[in-house]
Amino acid sequence: MTNLDPRATSAPPQAGGSTSWLYDPKLRGIVSQIVVVVLLAWGLYEVIDNTQDNLKKLNQNFGFGFLTQAAGFDLSSSLVEYSSSSTYGRAIVAGLLNTILVATLGIFFATILGFVVGVMRLSKNKVVAGAATLYIELLRNVPLLLQIFMWYALVLKPLPGVKEAYSFFDSIFISKKGILMPHPNFGPGAWLALLALAAAFLGTWMFRKHARKRQEKTGQITPVWLISIPIILLSPFLGLALAGWPLTFDYPELKGFNFANGMTMVPEMVALLIALVFYSATFIAETVRGGIQAISHGQSEASSALGISRGYALRLVVIPQAMRVIIPPLASQYLNLTKNSSLAIAIGFPDLMYAGGTVNNQSGKAIEVVFILMVVYLSLSLLTAAFMNWFNSRMKLVER
Amino acid sequence: MTLAYVRTTEAPQLPAPASTAGLWARLRDRFAPTPLSGVAAAVIAIFLAWAVWTIFDWAVLRAVWSAPDREACNAVGAGACWPFVGSKWLQWIYGFYPIEQRWRPNIVFLLGALSLAGLLIPKIPYKGWNALFFFIAYPIFTYVLLLGGFFGLEQVDTEQWGGLLITLIASITGIVASVPLGILLALGRKSEMPVVRLLCTGFIEIVRGVPLVLVLFMAANMFPLFMPPGVNPGKLLLALIGIGLFSAAYMAEVIRGGLQAIPKGQYEASMAVGLSYWRMMLLVVMPQALKIVIPGIVNNFISLFKDTSLVSVIGIFDLFNIVQSGFNDATWASAQTGNTGYFALALIYWAFCFAMSRYSQYIERRLNTGHKR
Repeated sequence: MTNLDPRATSAPPQAGGSTSWLYDPKLRGIVSQIVVVVLLAWGLYEVIDNTQDNLKKLNQNFGFGFLTQAAGFDLSSSLVEYSSSSTYGRAIVAGLLNTILVATLGIFFATILGFVVGVMRLSKNKVVAGAATLYIELLRNVPLLLQIFMWYALVLKPLPGVKEAYSFFDSIFISKKGILMPHPNFGPGAWLALLALAAAFLGTWMFRKHARKRQEKTGQITPVWLISIPIILLSPFLGLALAGWPLTFDYPELKGFNFANGMTMVPEMVALLIALVFYSATFIAETVRGGIQAISHGQSEASSALGISRGYALRLVVIPQAMRVIIPPLASQYLNLTKNSSLAIAIGFPDLMYAGGTVNNQSGKAIEVVFILMVVYLSLSLLTAAFMNWFNSRMKLVER
Repeated sequence: MTLAYVRTTEAPQLPAPASTAGLWARLRDRFAPTPLSGVAAAVIAIFLAWAVWTIFDWAVLRAVWSAPDREACNAVGAGACWPFVGSKWLQWIYGFYPIEQRWRPNIVFLLGALSLAGLLIPKIPYKGWNALFFFIAYPIFTYVLLLGGFFGLEQVDTEQWGGLLITLIASITGIVASVPLGILLALGRKSEMPVVRLLCTGFIEIVRGVPLVLVLFMAANMFPLFMPPGVNPGKLLLALIGIGLFSAAYMAEVIRGGLQAIPKGQYEASMAVGLSYWRMMLLVVMPQALKIVIPGIVNNFISLFKDTSLVSVIGIFDLFNIVQSGFNDATWASAQTGNTGYFALALIYWAFCFAMSRYSQYIERRLNTGHKR
């Protein structure tokens, strides 16, 4: 029998065969790969050589030692202790934390809004569906950068100056400087609050398992969330009460032309967050709609034939199946949102990109800064992707 | 057996129950299937009416329609400041391109529009030649004509280009660079040569993992260091390289999706008739794969068009940046100038993107031969 394997053509031709070694795919593959590697190495050599020349001309050298030098610039908002005498490295860390903060809050709110709008768009009610369509078509087609500036103009302009700040109970102030809130200080024993919260979550999880078992056995539905959400919300206070209330607040107060103490949410962050949420929610809504529509009509028809109301059918039958379609594109929307938060640099919210850009302006270490930012953004992307993969494998259909 | 009663004529047709027929029931079914839904609809309708009225009031009723300077726009209660747009719109289109040379961008716009129309409208023939013109001749022609410096044409440096011209140049560069590069990267990612596969996958994943702002930042600050001494391509060209590489990585993923949708039999059949790798790709696989991913390509183009606004972050005067820089013009700086400018910008971007997304849906419907319900 002759060899029927198509790969047989890659075998070296026999002596006197009609094909020349020029047409040997294996040899060709090796040669072209060598060519690619040589070209790449040559290009890399040129780039490194040029860069060395250029750096010498600028009196610079490559290295990460600058990270420990004093930064000399301020950040308008930071989650960690930061002042202009902190180091460059700390500025980048503060920026990273701000990016994570905005991305987390953005993902949270955009998911809620996106699911609501996506379901609304499929509503039988023409007004509700039309409003959702209008919202999506309007906001999806305008650049995010423009939306950030529009929200910034809308958020910042109507706000009063510091002296005329709106105040709520003399503890929350809203002015052009942003939203000021009392800063909580936790004393000894405050860990009890965290413990209570953890216990509440654990209890909810067990309660949910129990309720599911009961439903499978008796068909009765326990309103799990109605019971557990108040418990979860109250548990930290219970923990604090047990510890003897070790919690004090630093209230913001007006000193001269600015506020002292307290926590600030700068208006740049508010504008960025609103724009990110409203923009990303349009894409999430489309993802959700696509996912729901991908579920066979038979599923919802069967549900209504069984007398399940539309809301329950959506929650118990359609969405759990739709999630499998929704999660992968949802993950890439989350990645987009995280990456889009770098637009903060345009309105001056000190996120990672802004901190990196300022460090570059001050130190002139373009290559090192780009390298650090790249590594950090890639790790953020990888982390989000890994989490969503885990979530996806959890939600996957369990097949035989 | 006797029957008490046998119906010999058909019973009269009764009207449908009042709860399911008639105008009232139809309206209820459409606008308030459940009481809660009705309340939601009412709230939404009231909010929409309020929003439409507020915008209409601001943009039309209270608007200033003609004024020599900011005086009228600064008045208390004034709405949109349209004269600002009227005095600036030519600058928004051409940037700082010399006024007596504006016929050059005009030719570029015209040729681009004609060629794009030829590519996008399915009925127009000669798609291949048109694509050849649009992807190779047109970019070179545009660059040469706009830059000038020969045949007595005045040289106009890239620093003077701006406005919508730059926005369109950036988006078209993105698409022109990303389709061929994306095809190569997608093929490389599926290649059987490990080195090529590794390089392509690495490039795609790294570029897709970082924000465009960082890529542009890299193009503006790091690429100049890579150049041999004395070579300075200018900010715009560097940004265009950045945009091209960025969109190529995204395009590669779209095209890979198309490649995966082609049944394996197509590859095997081409190999069986003795086509070489490149002939197989060029003649059999790509024509089918590209056709499938046209909606994806258009969607990519929409986000690319919106993303070009980011070049303003590195100080290039694209449409967004040029409109925004006009806010500080001493003749027009008023309380309403910014709002008017943003409103006009939003309208322009929206019109472009909405038209493209409609086109993408139209193509999708044309290509969709599956079952629909």
